[in-house]
Amino acid sequence: MYHYDQYDQTVVDERVAQFRDQTRRFLTGELSEDQYRPLRLMNGLYIQRHAPMLRVAIPYGLLSTRQLRMLAHIARRYDKGYGHFTTRQNIQFNWPRLEEVPDILADLATVQMHAIQTSGNCIRNVTSDHLAGVTADELEDPRIYCEIIRQWSTFHPEFSFLPRKFKIAVNGAAKDRAATQVHDIGLQLVKNASGETGFEVLVGGGLGRTPVIGVVIRPFLAKSDLLSYLEAILRVYNRFGRRDNKYKARIKILVKELGTAEFTRLVEAEWALVRTQLILDDSEIERVTRAFTTATYESLPATCSTLDAALAEQPGLRHWWSHNTAPHKIPGYRVVFVSLKLPGQAPGDMTDSQMDALAELTDRYSQGELRVTHTQNLVLADVKLTDLQALWQQLSGLGLATANIGTAADIICCPGLDFCSLANATSIPIANGIQQLFEDTDYLYDLGDIRINISGCMNGCGHHTVGHIGILGVDKKGEEWYQITLGGSSATEAALGERLGPAVSRDQVVSVIDSIFTVYRNIRTDEEPFLATVQRVGLTPFQERVYGTH
Amino acid sequence: MALIKDGQPGPNDWQHLDDSETLPALGPVTVSLKRWQSQRDGLNRDGQPLGIRLEASDSPEALGDMPQEIPLIVLDMQAFTDGRSFSQAQWIRERLGYAGELRVRGDFLLDQVFYLARVGVNAFEFSDASQAQQALPRLHEFSVRYQAANDVKQPLYRYRNTAPIA
Repeated sequence: MYHYDQYDQTVVDERVAQFRDQTRRFLTGELSEDQYRPLRLMNGLYIQRHAPMLRVAIPYGLLSTRQLRMLAHIARRYDKGYGHFTTRQNIQFNWPRLEEVPDILADLATVQMHAIQTSGNCIRNVTSDHLAGVTADELEDPRIYCEIIRQWSTFHPEFSFLPRKFKIAVNGAAKDRAATQVHDIGLQLVKNASGETGFEVLVGGGLGRTPVIGVVIRPFLAKSDLLSYLEAILRVYNRFGRRDNKYKARIKILVKELGTAEFTRLVEAEWALVRTQLILDDSEIERVTRAFTTATYESLPATCSTLDAALAEQPGLRHWWSHNTAPHKIPGYRVVFVSLKLPGQAPGDMTDSQMDALAELTDRYSQGELRVTHTQNLVLADVKLTDLQALWQQLSGLGLATANIGTAADIICCPGLDFCSLANATSIPIANGIQQLFEDTDYLYDLGDIRINISGCMNGCGHHTVGHIGILGVDKKGEEWYQITLGGSSATEAALGERLGPAVSRDQVVSVIDSIFTVYRNIRTDEEPFLATVQRVGLTPFQERVYGTH
Repeated sequence: MALIKDGQPGPNDWQHLDDSETLPALGPVTVSLKRWQSQRDGLNRDGQPLGIRLEASDSPEALGDMPQEIPLIVLDMQAFTDGRSFSQAQWIRERLGYAGELRVRGDFLLDQVFYLARVGVNAFEFSDASQAQQALPRLHEFSVRYQAANDVKQPLYRYRNTAPIA
C-alpha cells in the first residue's frame, strides 16, 4: 500500500466536507439537478435505475485488509450487503441512499479511500497490472507512477472539466495486463538504447461506442518528463477536443480527426514550452516508493513436497492450482486468484461476510494486501507454497475458489439492465446462462483459455470489444438482442473483435455461444487456444454454424 | 451584480457591451474578442479603459503577445462544463505573463471558484451578493494543492514536509 501522509489525508478529509455541503445544497434546492450532476459524478455518484450507485476508487487495484473490512462495513451498513468489483479496479455499491453518501465517504476517508474522480469528465482512477511487483517479467513496479499520476491529477486546476472522461493505465511488465492500448493514455515502462528506464506513450485508445487501439506518439519518455508530457497531452485535448457531441468527445476522436502526426506535433510543441517547468524529481519517485509497504519474503525452497503430494491426490486442488494460481518471482511463493465468478452469481459481486472472511485469510496468508483485477476477480499476491492447501480449503468454504480463472466461465460482465439506467439489455443472466453450460468441468477445462466479455449497452463497461468472445446487448424495438464479436483481445497484441453477423435474440445467445465452442473444438489443432483458432480460420466456419442453423 | 476581486468583495464599475451596443464616451467597458479584432482602432476613446471578453471557443492566441496594456480580460463562460476557459486562463497568465485583472463571469459554479483561482483568475462576477459571499471561503476550499499552478509555483513534492498545511 501507499501510505498517506498528512497532506494526502487532508485532501480526502476536505473532499468529504465539500461533498457534504454540495449534497446539502442539492437536497435543500440551492443546487439544481443540472448543477449537482457534475459535482456528484466527480465523486462517483450516479443516479441509477433503483437507487444511486456509488463508485469507489481502488487506485491501481491495491487494497489493504483494513480497507477491505471497511468496504464490508459499507456494504452492510449502507447497502444490501454486497459490492460489485468493476473492470477498472473500482468497487460499486448499488443501493446507497443519497443522504448517506457523505457519511460513506467519511468512513472511506478513515482508511485512506475515496471516490474522487471515479466518474465525470475528468482524469479517472489510474489503473495497472494486478501482478505488479510479483511478476518476473517486470521492468519496474508501475504502481509508483500510478500514485504519482493520481496525485498530479487529483483536483487538477486546469483539467477537471474535460470534453469527456479520461483514463490512464500504466504497465511495467513485458506482458500487458493493464490494457494500455485501449486507454486514453497508455504508459508502458520500457528501456531505451542507453539502458535508461522510461515510458512508451500511447494515446487515443478506448472502448465504448467507437473502439480504437491507441497509437504510440512517443517511443521513449524519460521519467523526469512524465508529468510535463501528460500536461501537454491534456492541454491539447482540453483545448481542441470536441465538445459539440459527447459521442465524439473522447481524445481518440481528436487523434483520428487531426491524424496522429499532427496530434503528436501539437503535443510536442506544447511540451517544449512546459518541459523545464515541471520536472518529476528523482527524490519524489523515491519518496513515493518508500511510502509503499514492501512485501518481506522468507528464503524458501522452490517446491513443497507436501503440496506436490496433495496435488497428486486431490483433483479439486489440482484444478484450482492450475487455473487459479500463477508463478511468483520469489521461490516458494505463489500468486492466488480469488474467483468472483461462482456460477449463478453476478460476476464481480462479493458479500460483506465474504469480504470480512477474505480479509482474515489475507492477513494470515498474504501479508495483508490484495489486488483487484480487470477481470473482476481478486488476487492474493504473496502466498507461500506451504500455505496453499489450507488457503484453498478456506476459500472453497467461502465460495471463492471456483477453479475457473481465465476460462470461459470467468466472464467479465457489466451490471446491465438489472441495475444500470444506461443499459439496453440484461447481462448478468446471460453470463449465468453461459456458466450453466459448464456443469461438466471437463468440458470447461477442455475449452482452455477463453475470455468472454458482456456489455449491456454500447458504452461497453463489460469491454465486449476486447473479449475473445464479445457479447453486446442492443435494443431492437423494445426487445433485448445481442451482437456477438470474435477475436478481440486487450493483451499485448491488442485487437478489436469482429462482428459475427446479425444480432441474436436473448433466448438464442447461450446456444449460439455453445455452437461457437463446438466449432472451435472441431477445428482447433492440438493445444491451439480459442483466440489463435479464430485468428487462423477467421469468422466463416463460426458464421456457417451459427447462421446456418438459426 | 456582485464582484470578488483579489479575495475581497468589491464594486464592479465595468460595463459589458454586446457587439451591437455603441460605446459610451466615458467609463470602463468590455467588448468581445471578435469586436476587438475587427474594430481595434475604432474602439479608442482617448484612453478610456477597454477590456476584452473571451468565450470558451476563442483562441487565446488571438490576444497576440501584448495584452499587458489591457486593463481587464474577462472569461465569459457560456457553460460551466466547458473547461477550455481554464486553459485560456493558464495561457494568459503563464504564457503571456499577463498581470492585469483576469475575471470570470457567466455560467460557472461556486464549486469551480477554487479551480479558477488556481489557474490565475483573480476576479469573479456573480449575479447577486449572496453568491459572492458564499464564494469567498471556496477560494481556499482545499488547503493542499498537489500541482504547481498560478497560485503555487511549485508542485507539492518540492515543499512537502517543509510547509504546514494552510
